[in-house]
Amino acid sequence: MFRHLICSAVLSAAITAPAFAQGELPEDPAERGLAIALETEARDLGFGDSTAEMRMILRNTQGEESVRELRQRVLENPDPEDGDLSMIVFDRPRDVEGTALLTHAHLLEDDDQWLYLPAVARERRISSSNKSGPFLGSEFAFEDFSSTEVGKYDYMWLRDEACPEPYTALTCHVVERYPLYEGSGYTRQVVWTDTTDYLPRQVEYYNRRDDLLKTLTFLDYELYLDQFWRAHTLQMVNHLTGKSTDLTWTSFEFQSGLTEDDFTRASLRRAR
Amino acid sequence: MYRGIFTTIAAICAATAASPAFADVETDYSGYVEPELQLFFEDPSDARQSNDNLSVAGQLEIEIFLNPDHTLVFTPFGRIDSRDDERTHFDLREAYYEGVFDHFELRVGLKRVFWGRTEAAHLIDVINQTDNLESIDGEDKLGQPMVNLTFPTDFGIFDFYWLPYFREREFPGVEGRPRFDIPVAEDMALFESDQEEEHQDFAARWSHYAGAWDFGLSHFYGTSRDPLFVPGVDKNFSPILIPYYPLMHQSSVDVQATFGPMLYKFEGFHRWQMDENWTQATGGIEYSFYGIFDTPSDLGIVAEYVWDERGEDAMNPFQSDVFAGLRWSANDIQSTTILGGGIFDMDGNGYALSVEAERRFGEDFFLQVETRFFVDVPASDPLASFADDDFLQVRLARYF
Repeated sequence: MFRHLICSAVLSAAITAPAFAQGELPEDPAERGLAIALETEARDLGFGDSTAEMRMILRNTQGEESVRELRQRVLENPDPEDGDLSMIVFDRPRDVEGTALLTHAHLLEDDDQWLYLPAVARERRISSSNKSGPFLGSEFAFEDFSSTEVGKYDYMWLRDEACPEPYTALTCHVVERYPLYEGSGYTRQVVWTDTTDYLPRQVEYYNRRDDLLKTLTFLDYELYLDQFWRAHTLQMVNHLTGKSTDLTWTSFEFQSGLTEDDFTRASLRRAR
Repeated sequence: MYRGIFTTIAAICAATAASPAFADVETDYSGYVEPELQLFFEDPSDARQSNDNLSVAGQLEIEIFLNPDHTLVFTPFGRIDSRDDERTHFDLREAYYEGVFDHFELRVGLKRVFWGRTEAAHLIDVINQTDNLESIDGEDKLGQPMVNLTFPTDFGIFDFYWLPYFREREFPGVEGRPRFDIPVAEDMALFESDQEEEHQDFAARWSHYAGAWDFGLSHFYGTSRDPLFVPGVDKNFSPILIPYYPLMHQSSVDVQATFGPMLYKFEGFHRWQMDENWTQATGGIEYSFYGIFDTPSDLGIVAEYVWDERGEDAMNPFQSDVFAGLRWSANDIQSTTILGGGIFDMDGNGYALSVEAERRFGEDFFLQVETRFFVDVPASDPLASFADDDFLQVRLARYF
């Protein structure tokens, strides 16, 4: 079912002063790729907590659509060696309305995850090792939703070039990354990150046979608290099946005073 | 007492609604209507029963958010059955107030509570009465009147329950199917306690986790939700079964270990009831294969063993039984799932098979198809009455 966390699809970066000027990036391609990932992460540090609503529109090759809706809250984990805490409550489809998912994310180990089923008032600890399965039947895999901590990948800088559509006016670092955690469905991902705000603009996912499987485009970035960028539209296209999923975030709120008490098993029972 | 709970809830509603602290009350409605068709493959053992049945069920859930910390929940449920008047029934699955305070949470009213870890037998889940009219799998429950205090701490969650009113199990009428061959005379129910339904029951539970381990300890004192049956005769000297509800103490333990795709589950209790005391336990594994045959679909395997210290003498269908199940999830847009399983008596006393398939249609329709077969069940087994009640059931819910 809803095994994985959807922690921050919310890929983002802060507008604080860069840690280094562009010319100071290391020469070695692996070190350079890592430095770009670290810079992206550094610019989003300190968001504290956030809440938001998400809507996904799933499209098959015949153009038929299906809708998913959920609400999410996230608590930033200040420990860079560990993942964030998140709580998701599903609103659509209606047959799973009220189902809640609590995730204590980790970097390379499996996340701790509990699902609450309100119809039977049952809390279940669930396996989170299905990284490559589809999230709610969409083109997003569970691992695509996980928070993108730097330590989850090895990196290789490929080149700098004009960013892909619709950001062709910007310059992008093109970095390949290789999942280090077990159970990934990908051999590699290619990430286009702009050189100004260090925001991810596009990701290409290559499957285990190294075919280009999917392309993700980040759109409608907005700035919160003068510091944190959030993409409001994420478009995932599956090149092998022709199916696609449009994901939109709304009602972002930051630093509303959430604490660890909002991410416990007790709070899962009454998450609704 | 039962009425007292409603009065209390109504008073809380009235008090909170009138208070200026609850100026931003939000209300959320949802629910479903679900027609059901049942087809039985064999002729019934009683001429008053039929080979087909139509009914319709519906549930409404109303959540009233007085403010972020105070909520009222009402979940009325009902079914209208075309053949069995007893199965036409109504229940308040939930009707409670929930308050979240600095160091505790309070819930007052009718509520569902689930205790347990395993998939096949729910041995330690003793707070709510089973809604025996909805399904013979024991998964449906009646709302239980309670006052529940919850203390979330760094050492786990402590729950205390005061259960001021007992709800009897309901049984299908003579037209109903599946049912016991000998009708159950609900209105003649007997209790060990002189206070009958008004015996005050109490329960407590502690649950916690550490790393891959989740665990709990629970104790219950009060009227057993599982009736014993006393043979009797009605006015016409036809045989009937009279439910007898003893008092019991039950201590239980439950554990789950989650290692990647492998889950280990265990739950067991020791019960003191009448002049007896005994242990029952169940445990097993669940393992998932993800992305099988190069598709997005998953295959899960569940294997559990159910054991009763009392052996074959006990009026318990599961005294040494193995449950084996396969769950296939397509992980498609329609959430297609098929669950097939069997319960096999290790002493050679027959087995039961079931297949449940479900799928969403469009946005708001949900189809469930279920079939159950009982094979080689000897007349001495408590499940023998169901031996000629193999059936196919189709439910199509419209959610709103």
